[in-house]
Amino acid sequence: MDSAAALVFAGVSKTFHAGARDVRALDNIDLRIQSGLVTGLIGPDAAGKTTLMRLAAGLLMPDSGTIQVLDIDVVQDPLKVQSSVGYMPQRFGLYEDLTVQENLDLYADLQGVDPAQRAGRYTELMHMTGLAPFTARLAGRLSGGMKQKLGLACTLIRPPRLLLLDEPTVGVDPVSRRELWSIVYRQVREQGMSVLLSTAYLDEAERCDEVVLMHEGRRLGQGTPQDFSAPMRGRTFHVTAASLGKRSLQARLGALPGIIDAIIEGEQVRVVTDTAGLPDLSRALPDIDDIQSGAADPAFEDAFIATLKGEADATPPALITPMTPRAMTRAEAGDVIEVRNLERRFGDFYAVRGVSFQVQRGEIFGLLGANGAGKSTTFRMLCGLLPVSGGEVQVAGLDLRYAAAQARARLGYMAQRFSLYVDLTVMQNLRFFASAYGLDRARARQRINWALQAFDLTAYADSDSGDLPLGFKQRLAMAAALMHEPEILFLDEPTSGVDPLARREFWQRINALAEAGVTILVTTHFMDEANYCDRLVIMAEGEVLAEGTPADMKARFRDDTHPDPTMEDAFIGLIMAHQQDRDAVA
Amino acid sequence: MNNAAASRMRLFGMIRKESLQILRDPSSIAIAFIMPVVLLLMFGYGVSLDARHIPLALVVEQPDSTSASLTGAFRESEYFEPRDFETIETAQQAFDLREVFAIVWLRNDFSRQLLSGNTAPVGVIVNGVDANQARIAEGYIQGVWQAWLEAYMQEQGLELHLPVQMEPRIWFNAAVRSRDFLVPGLIAVIMTLIGAMLTSMVVAREWERGTMEALMVTPIRINEMVIGKLVPYFVLGMGGMLLSVAMAIWLFGVPLRGSFWLLVVASALFMMVALGMGLLISVVARNQFVAGQISIVVTFLPAFILSGFIFEISSMPDAIQVITHLIPARFYVAILQTLFLAGDIWPIILANSAALLVMMVVFLGLARRKFTKRLDA
Repeated sequence: MDSAAALVFAGVSKTFHAGARDVRALDNIDLRIQSGLVTGLIGPDAAGKTTLMRLAAGLLMPDSGTIQVLDIDVVQDPLKVQSSVGYMPQRFGLYEDLTVQENLDLYADLQGVDPAQRAGRYTELMHMTGLAPFTARLAGRLSGGMKQKLGLACTLIRPPRLLLLDEPTVGVDPVSRRELWSIVYRQVREQGMSVLLSTAYLDEAERCDEVVLMHEGRRLGQGTPQDFSAPMRGRTFHVTAASLGKRSLQARLGALPGIIDAIIEGEQVRVVTDTAGLPDLSRALPDIDDIQSGAADPAFEDAFIATLKGEADATPPALITPMTPRAMTRAEAGDVIEVRNLERRFGDFYAVRGVSFQVQRGEIFGLLGANGAGKSTTFRMLCGLLPVSGGEVQVAGLDLRYAAAQARARLGYMAQRFSLYVDLTVMQNLRFFASAYGLDRARARQRINWALQAFDLTAYADSDSGDLPLGFKQRLAMAAALMHEPEILFLDEPTSGVDPLARREFWQRINALAEAGVTILVTTHFMDEANYCDRLVIMAEGEVLAEGTPADMKARFRDDTHPDPTMEDAFIGLIMAHQQDRDAVA
Repeated sequence: MNNAAASRMRLFGMIRKESLQILRDPSSIAIAFIMPVVLLLMFGYGVSLDARHIPLALVVEQPDSTSASLTGAFRESEYFEPRDFETIETAQQAFDLREVFAIVWLRNDFSRQLLSGNTAPVGVIVNGVDANQARIAEGYIQGVWQAWLEAYMQEQGLELHLPVQMEPRIWFNAAVRSRDFLVPGLIAVIMTLIGAMLTSMVVAREWERGTMEALMVTPIRINEMVIGKLVPYFVLGMGGMLLSVAMAIWLFGVPLRGSFWLLVVASALFMMVALGMGLLISVVARNQFVAGQISIVVTFLPAFILSGFIFEISSMPDAIQVITHLIPARFYVAILQTLFLAGDIWPIILANSAALLVMMVVFLGLARRKFTKRLDA
């Protein structure tokens, strides 16, 4: 056995039985994780990341193949493995009705930490995670970022030789994410720990020593982030055109042959080509005369998209049919949503406080923030699903306090979680929503046909919607929210958990809707998605920290160290300033 | 640190965590202490299977001293609350409106027939919708009537010629108070609630919240986990039991004729059975809602209906009687009713305890086998 490997998978397969269906979560995986490194397990939802983690922790039995963790066969001796690894499941494994200290005590007892050594270890961990002032607080009362750090502290209470972290950074604010990474690296450097960490955030790949790329239960590649991005050199470019909006430019570029990816990055469009060199844009897009382009540094995400597009069939995405012209003719200028001093209390807790903003017709307006920032609560109040505790809300010219039902008929809402009937077929779901919105028979037929075509769902019309891949579920949910051609569309975390390819397609549809005159409000915790918005607010702890265009926001944080600040830089800067203000008051 | 010390540390860590969670969770406290009080008050005061204060219509077509003495006998009885009606028609109206439960009808020739030594018929109409209540009412009416007749005959210097005289004695519950047998039986229901329902939901909650997953990837052994979970709920359940016993004795005046310590030992045995069921359900369900539903259907309702707590098992159809042997509460209710009302009747207590012991081994054994540190088991 090779002692330099912390984890070895050889020909491992795992299938789950869900009713009549078999889901192949892992398909003949071979894997070697080097010890003393931080290895990132990267892939979209349903790639098999969690299954792999659970197999390594001895929580699942492989159907075939062998798994060696720290030179121990997990199938033979799971208890021995569990005595030497630390594992943090997706929801951190904390007892929310116990205090920070009680959680630590429990895990110290379970891990057999000598009582004499505890005080020192606690001090060290609490200092490292910044939780020292909160030891008497119930874990359930901590913010998402603090929970994540407490979960980590509990797994580190007796330093494990291998640390398994399953999506530790999902939905956590960027400041906490950065802190988590620094704690993880400190463990690796000081204790010689090996770390396997799964994530759906592609930008985190570049922080890993090594990356394993997974897709649909298979390993697509393994190497350093540079190994992945190096072959992309010469295939990545930035394109701008002052005369055309970035969204229109992105749509035009994305449709060109030879371009496999076009996304908005900052104020420019980032383009990835299938071979080295950019096609001659002045010939391909002759009507845009001020088009400019330059080479960009390749990133892991470019390689990821290129690999995944190579995996998927080569057919280009279906042409997006926008809304029927009826919606387009409604172009009147002015604010469609006006929020003043919005407030929502739950007991003595302010979920939302002093929130004000205006949204204009046809705008894509974003609410950006970590989990628990108050985005969804604000949304529910705007849709009339949750009564406001204070302040004013006007949606489509109607005061929500008095005319919630009327306002609701003019808006579409797509909830955070897939909120359609999983045991109905796609067709039955669409029919149900058509009738729920009171469409007459002819309209209903017309809208259902439109939905099936525009969202490429025709092939799935008779499938149970619960069996659809996540990206298609998302499409169906959006189609259902658009059945009655609303003027305003609310999308609550529409891209959470969706793979990057589906995310791109989703934003294309959103752009097309905005072009057709639909006003769109969207919440997200993906910093890069903020660039798709015309304007946005950044929220934290129920309050709005800043409002403006993405360019304005980033410009505020341009300095010598950040000549070209990203949305994440801006977000972190705002959070830091907010915390300083609060500390100054306190 | 040696293995035994590490094991003890893990076990005490689990017990402490579980106890803290019970103390912080208002619903655990509610199920363990408030529910028993509510149920006991409800069954102790509210539900009564005795027929007392039965609304009775008295129709006397021709009042005289004889009829007055008979109606007086009904008025004196604590079982009846008589109302007078002039005619049978008005009484029947009240009967239809369920204002009275029974009618006693003395026709206009009642006194004359009686005095002339002929048979004097008394019309009795009883509402038979509730068959049980109807039989009781009928019996009581007959009792009053017979007692009055005996006294009447004596008064007249006549002897009533009855060849057989019944002298009933009621044992164990001489006052025939249904409370005295309901309240002990209720303890079985309360302990089922704590042992099976609360435990199954609490363990299922760990699955739901993902904490079970984190717990499993620690060096903890299954036995430590199972015992760590059982101990705090055992204490909680026994606390609920003691509270119920105290209320039974001091609030409702139910006698405890058997030994208190025997009661504690038998209760501990039943508590282990209930915990075994709860643990088994939670391992199978892994979801609070499903665990709650299953435990209501397979533990709580049978403990209520098939345990002999309310409905006498020997009067159930044979097939159902066989099924009751699968219900652990049945054996515990038998022990409870014996200990409270009769005393230490060893054959009954030993036989039922043996059945409970077998069930404890079966349920805890199954739960232990199903409880693995695997998510796909």
